[in-house]
Amino acid sequence: MADIFAFFAELLSYDFIVRAMAVGILVALCAALLGVTLVLKRYSMIGDGLSHVGFGALAVAMSLNLAPLEISIPVVLFSAFMLLRISENSRIKGDAAIALISSSALAIGVIVVSMTTGMNADVCNYMFGAILALSRSDVYLSVAVAVAVLILYVLSYNRIFAVTFDEDFARAGGTDASRYNMLIAGLTAMVIVVGMRMMGAMLISSLIIFPALTAMRVFASFRSVVICSAVLSVLCFIIGMAVSFGISTPAGASIVVANLAAFVLFSAAGKAGLKF
Amino acid sequence: MIRCQGVSVSYDGKAAVEDVSFEVEAGDCVCVVGENGSGKSSLMKCMLGLLKPSAGEISFDGLKRSEIGYLPQQAGIRNDFPASVYEVVLSGCSGRYGPFAFYRKEDKARAVMNIERLGIAPLRRKSYRDLSGGQRQRVLLARALVAADKLLMLDEPVTGLDPMIASDMYAILESERRAGKTVVMISHDLKSAILYGNKILHLRKKAQFFGPSSEYVNSDPYRRLNGASND
Repeated sequence: MADIFAFFAELLSYDFIVRAMAVGILVALCAALLGVTLVLKRYSMIGDGLSHVGFGALAVAMSLNLAPLEISIPVVLFSAFMLLRISENSRIKGDAAIALISSSALAIGVIVVSMTTGMNADVCNYMFGAILALSRSDVYLSVAVAVAVLILYVLSYNRIFAVTFDEDFARAGGTDASRYNMLIAGLTAMVIVVGMRMMGAMLISSLIIFPALTAMRVFASFRSVVICSAVLSVLCFIIGMAVSFGISTPAGASIVVANLAAFVLFSAAGKAGLKF
Repeated sequence: MIRCQGVSVSYDGKAAVEDVSFEVEAGDCVCVVGENGSGKSSLMKCMLGLLKPSAGEISFDGLKRSEIGYLPQQAGIRNDFPASVYEVVLSGCSGRYGPFAFYRKEDKARAVMNIERLGIAPLRRKSYRDLSGGQRQRVLLARALVAADKLLMLDEPVTGLDPMIASDMYAILESERRAGKTVVMISHDLKSAILYGNKILHLRKKAQFFGPSSEYVNSDPYRRLNGASND
């Protein structure tokens, strides 16, 4: 036990790790909250598509020597609304369209990168994450986005449930469901851009999808699924970070594997009849 | 309360509803009957603002959208959705408030009251995904009752219910009407449509009949549909 305390004490003695932990926990929390709705509305692919668009935007911004986040936030926001429109209009074609957009964005990003800077460390960081390289301004932006997401989510919780559960009913009762869909898509876009720096464009969507799916294995009500996935997401983040620090594995990948382990565990528990 | 004038609905250029005009007055129970694919659900969705009419006009008089309780067909809801019965029924109140809806005591009491009324109190904490089709139907009906301050719009309310529960449900609708609410109901069950509805709208893309149910039983469309369903 004392060993574990000593380990975490050492971990937290580094300034950059504390920063990474603070941002990571907030992003993990927001991603998990949004993830429940995205998964239940069958919008999981949007998260994946957005992260690829985000990478493309970052690559272009970098090669033009522009500020990466200031460029990618509007681009990803715009794509979020586009992707939402596509998936609202038709389910099956929507899936294919998202795949097209995301792989095209990735391809353009890769070409721009190879023509200009080449595959340097920065590019690699954006693809697979560099949680320990967060700058002070990254931290401020992430915290601002995370707090905004949390406040909006809590305030709109009842409406978000109504729209997620049954959009037709909500619309019939006068709720502007597309406004809430836009809200969810917009918040997701922000979380993805912010989280991409730490998790990497290839891995950020797992932060959105895994906790919700894991929680759904065992919990039966919407509220308990939301709370469980938020707690799980933060726990898996901390475990992943600790493992990454302890045995020097890449942080983003370790967090995904921690989420995978939780998913397997919860699936087994759910199959064994453990339900709440 | 609601007036439809020359309403048409079409999907990809194909007409599902053509030039339907009728009026729902306060206190009415209008039953919409017709064969499968005759445009009943499309017309209802149109009245609810879920579909845009390709022609015609729908106007509300003394009715706000948030005063409508809608019972959709179950097909639109995910079977594996993790939500407790109480959460689903309570969400009937969500249209009542501004963008940031918080439920009040009276909303919760109303949800509990309707859960008890539909005999699903023992299921209150159960998950929607673990319920049978008939139980789900009652949960969604409880939600519609919670939402309906003035008007109930029901798309096949008794589908999937066994006869005993179906007659309970009709009794609940009767008491809602006595409490001053208006009902528009799509029904496959011609007998109860005539029994409980004071007006019948018979659809077959176009309106074949609209008027009091006492006149409907002597009309040609009724004989045709009744003959078809007796075969």
